[in-house]
Amino acid sequence: MHELSVCQALIAQVEQVARQQQAERVSCIRLAIGALSGVEPQLLAQAYPLAAAGSVAQDAELQIESVPVRVHCDQCDKDSDVTANHLVCEHCGNWRTTLIGGDELLLTQVELYREQTYV
Amino acid sequence: MCDTCGCNVTHGNKHLIAPGGKLEKVGQHADAVSVLRGLLSENDQLAAHNRAHFDRHGVLAINLMSSPGAGKTALLEASLPVLQTRYRVAVIEGDLETENDAQRIRARGVEAVQIVTGTACHLDAHMIHQALHQIDLDAIDILFIENVGNLVCPASFDLGQHRNVTLLSVPEGDDKPSKYPVMFRAADLVALTKVDLLPVLDDFSPARAKHNLEALANPAPVLELSARREDGVDAWLNWLDAQVTAHRAACGCDETLRPKVQPDGTALHGLAL
Repeated sequence: MHELSVCQALIAQVEQVARQQQAERVSCIRLAIGALSGVEPQLLAQAYPLAAAGSVAQDAELQIESVPVRVHCDQCDKDSDVTANHLVCEHCGNWRTTLIGGDELLLTQVELYREQTYV
Repeated sequence: MCDTCGCNVTHGNKHLIAPGGKLEKVGQHADAVSVLRGLLSENDQLAAHNRAHFDRHGVLAINLMSSPGAGKTALLEASLPVLQTRYRVAVIEGDLETENDAQRIRARGVEAVQIVTGTACHLDAHMIHQALHQIDLDAIDILFIENVGNLVCPASFDLGQHRNVTLLSVPEGDDKPSKYPVMFRAADLVALTKVDLLPVLDDFSPARAKHNLEALANPAPVLELSARREDGVDAWLNWLDAQVTAHRAACGCDETLRPKVQPDGTALHGLAL
């Protein structure tokens, strides 16, 4: 299960952001994950408490936004919403398409409490 | 994809950070900090470092991926006798346990470094970086990285390789590209292995396997190989020759080669801006 490795990388990044922002703790972490990223959101959510234990993000809520898989057809110039294993243009049936969404594996936002919040 | 200019913002996620978007909402005493950084950016940076290291020494790095037992080591064993007449080769082997595969490669007179991953189901850029300390890159032309046998996790970790080769053996079934789209979308070459078994496993159709690969919008060439009978090894060697030539040409212009799936990602982020 590589989701634990991904989660550990996530926590390292969140800790870096919290340090830069001089934050006391992190209350929410938001991710954007596409079906073609190779990471399963449910498994990531399960691995999260293990990776977050003892970090500034220990009590943070993890919110995961699923990003739909979309392709752009190089032939008919239209976009299609598709499934992860059928990246074929739904308008003209061409399989030579370009992925325009769905491979994201992003830390989009961190919600944190800074020390100055309480001053 | 960098972490600073906003090129991580895509059609798929830009609504999240737009005014009124989900990521605009913050708690009463909290501050929301937009990051938009790839979760594996640390791995990706180290992978880029590995790739630059390969390029400086003129070494082509090939990442071999497949399920366990599809024949990655057998393919190397079958091709090394001829390959060694053309290039100086080294191999990094990734397995959860044992030095078995490295020993098989060393038996052919080729340097092999075994990475024993313990419980880790994939190689990452850091493990490759560590292994490179044991290899004299000036003494080789091609480095094969035999990833951990697994059709899921290895596809998510850039190692710094120039090309991905994914093996699909006949006993696994021709629908594997549909079942493991992330892995097969990442392939620059798909090798159908153990094709000597086609007469007995006649429910495997190479044409269907190719069709399933095309459904992933992947135009990668598909080679039919039998390491045991040494069928198709010439085509594999010719493909490697072409990659060596392309890599040398790229290095001559201070450029590099990347697995095809990554330029796709760049195009994706370029479209968003």
